[in-house]
Amino acid sequence: MEQPEYIQQRLRELFDSQNLAVLATHNIGQPYASLVAFVATEDLRHIYFVTPKTTRKFANLSKDHRVAILVNSSTNQAEDFHRAISVTAVGNAEEITGAQRNQILKQYLAKHPHLEDFVKSPTCALVRLTPRSYYMVKNFQTVMELHINP
Amino acid sequence: MRWIIPASKVEPQDQRRIGGKGYALASLFKGGFTIPETLCIPSDLYGEYVIRTGLRERILLELHRKDFKEMRWEEIWDCATRIRNMFLRMPIPAEIDTSLKAEIEFRFSGKSTAVRSSAPEEDTAYSSFAGLHESYLNVRGTDAILEHIRKVWASLWSDAALLYRQELGLDVEKSSMAVVIQEIVVGDRSGVAFSENPANPSQGVIESVYGLNQGLVDGAVEPDRWILDRRRQTIVSHTPTTRKYWMVPDEIGIKLEALPVTKSNQPPLDPKDVLEVFQLVCRAEDFFNAPQDLEWTYKEKTLFVLQSRPITTVAIDESGDKRSWYLSLHRSFENLKSLRQKIEEELIPAMIVEADNLAAIDEATLSDLDLVEEVKRRWEINHKWVNIYWEEFIPFAHGVRLFGQVYNDVLHPEDPYEFIDLLAHTDMASLERNRKLEELAGFIRNDQSLAHLLKNREYKSIPQEFIRKIEGFIDKYGDLTCSVTGGTHCDQEAEPLFNILLEMAAHPIIAMHDRKSVHNDELKQKFLNCFEGDRKIEAAEMLDLARTSYQLRDDDNIYLGRIESYLLAAIREARRRAENPKTRQSSGSQTRALVDVLSELDHRSKSLNPYEKKQGQTFQIKPRQLIGQPAGPGIARGKARVIQQHSDLSDFKHGEVLICDAVDPNMTFVVPLATAVVERRGGMLIHGAIIAREYGLPCVTGIPDATSLIQTGDEITVDGYLGIVTVGSADV
Repeated sequence: MEQPEYIQQRLRELFDSQNLAVLATHNIGQPYASLVAFVATEDLRHIYFVTPKTTRKFANLSKDHRVAILVNSSTNQAEDFHRAISVTAVGNAEEITGAQRNQILKQYLAKHPHLEDFVKSPTCALVRLTPRSYYMVKNFQTVMELHINP
Repeated sequence: MRWIIPASKVEPQDQRRIGGKGYALASLFKGGFTIPETLCIPSDLYGEYVIRTGLRERILLELHRKDFKEMRWEEIWDCATRIRNMFLRMPIPAEIDTSLKAEIEFRFSGKSTAVRSSAPEEDTAYSSFAGLHESYLNVRGTDAILEHIRKVWASLWSDAALLYRQELGLDVEKSSMAVVIQEIVVGDRSGVAFSENPANPSQGVIESVYGLNQGLVDGAVEPDRWILDRRRQTIVSHTPTTRKYWMVPDEIGIKLEALPVTKSNQPPLDPKDVLEVFQLVCRAEDFFNAPQDLEWTYKEKTLFVLQSRPITTVAIDESGDKRSWYLSLHRSFENLKSLRQKIEEELIPAMIVEADNLAAIDEATLSDLDLVEEVKRRWEINHKWVNIYWEEFIPFAHGVRLFGQVYNDVLHPEDPYEFIDLLAHTDMASLERNRKLEELAGFIRNDQSLAHLLKNREYKSIPQEFIRKIEGFIDKYGDLTCSVTGGTHCDQEAEPLFNILLEMAAHPIIAMHDRKSVHNDELKQKFLNCFEGDRKIEAAEMLDLARTSYQLRDDDNIYLGRIESYLLAAIREARRRAENPKTRQSSGSQTRALVDVLSELDHRSKSLNPYEKKQGQTFQIKPRQLIGQPAGPGIARGKARVIQQHSDLSDFKHGEVLICDAVDPNMTFVVPLATAVVERRGGMLIHGAIIAREYGLPCVTGIPDATSLIQTGDEITVDGYLGIVTVGSADV
């Protein structure tokens, strides 16, 4: 059961089913958590989100690329404790500009069409997170790690 | 919302809420049958209780610790035990409690009652699974009745129900349980009646015993039996029995007693009574419009219906389905007592004689043809004992579980496995072996030159006195290289044994866990003080039986292992000869006979590790936290030693964490060196858990991929309180 393919499939299902993720950045050692609308690539190598450039999260990740992001399927019910899956990704974040930006935004808007006006603003940054590792929690306390070789 | 409904007030729309049993009783009452005073507790109350107390979520968590498909019966039993303890310890919320009390007090003050399960589906979809849920007899007093309502609710999640969860559609979010409280009519004669004989539709059947019906239903009392002709309403035959016992009420519950001689000479029913009972069950058949299976009792001259349900003939024991066998492991105290006698007085002495007889024949001296015969003979002997092991020894292990349930019932401990502390420190053969090992290690510890010789493998210079001690150990316990318990013929080399001894000698003396010996006495007193008079004597007997059961759980493997080792020795000798025919004077046909007998025996030689390892390429997975069952309290950290095959054990180093597929008693010699134990096989009462507790080591069992996900050398933290194994450090 605990094979890489199985875990990758669970990750894809989770990322498809969820719109929002919690992003963790820091400012000189002070952790800061914020909510972002994200999309993950099929091969799980990248996670994209958008943010106004005026935000704390953007300032923080511009200063230090190291971030973590958490996606989970909880529904605020007692059942969450055994049913929900939670995934933390740890890696580096960077802003994407130029032609690549438009190309990726198409994928992004396919999942979040209502954000079209938002992303088209010149003050909105597209950020790419490249995870090194995923940490998947299920059945309340079972934790598996998935490490990505560069 | 009505939380309590008298049988006389039940309406048709209440059918689902009060369950099959309750509804059938209410219908009988309305149909003019004589039934004992009856109250129904509808299933809504169960729902209210588990939601208000938060038990619903706790059950959900408990049931989702692990995929059911990967759970062994032992783990299911453990799961049911923990859930049951939650119900035992969680009172009914005060506002509900108050409204129930008044009605129960009014109906049953000073009376003895039966508190029975009445699952909503029972007697329809549940009909094939009668008896999966609990009923309690002779419950007296309002508080006791309320407590037993909780026990009946808990039995919705009994091990039996969990085993048949798919067929029952058992679901935490949907399943619930109604309860029937019924006055016990202390009948002097009781029984069951089938309006139609399942074996012959033209007949009916009546079975009857003296005293309470429970004696018959449990199988503790053998009944008289009558076959009747349905059409003519006449008796076809009567099969009497030797009437020895009857079940009678005592202060709390019921007990089995010798039947007075005046009664044992005559059947419980005369022909007139037999016909009256038969007319009753036929009337019930007409009333329900289906053949009925009816429980009845006579109190003096009045005939009461205790319950009635449609006859079902659905067989649940399909081929390959072991569940009914698991359920047959639930043995009564009486049954276990006689099983113990048989095991201690007949089976174990016979196993020892068998092994000694096998030892008398040296396979190396046999001719090829005699060896072929000897291999076959030993295979038969081993096979016979393996069967006896499954039929007699494994069911006897239920003595521990029976005791655990009684202990939890009277003491409601926070830890449902507290009772195991009372069973530990018995003289298990594997512990005796480990003490002997420690003794041998002691010689090396105190003798630098001996340690030096062993380290440098200068075996020829080892003093004879020490060699004799080693030989004595090997004779009794084997050389530890054999993957069969107690095997003595696996390897002539004592090197693996020396490795272990050197490792033990290099570290301080390992004391048996001397925790709680005072605590044990207190626990014992606490347990026994819950009983009075005869009950106290019975409780002490039950504890004694449980201790024997606990000890045999390990020892039987040692005896069985000796027998198996002789089979293996003969097989090894045959294989050696078959592989080297040219070096010996042996005809082609003799060699073929050896080859044939070897291929005939598809003997076990498989690796201990059933999991295939796969290397991820782009993506690599690593475990971080693995969840199992907390089977021995404590927390410890150390390097993992994953046992893929038996020979890995001789590399075991002091302070390592033992990670294995399934511990059996022949592997537990490394446990004194270990800092914690992790096992793939699950359960609180398995060998690994038992021995870990004896040494006071943290233990987690039931981690499905333990031996494939964890690698030797991994840094492991074993949390024996929560059942969590953490791999590696906290770095990301």
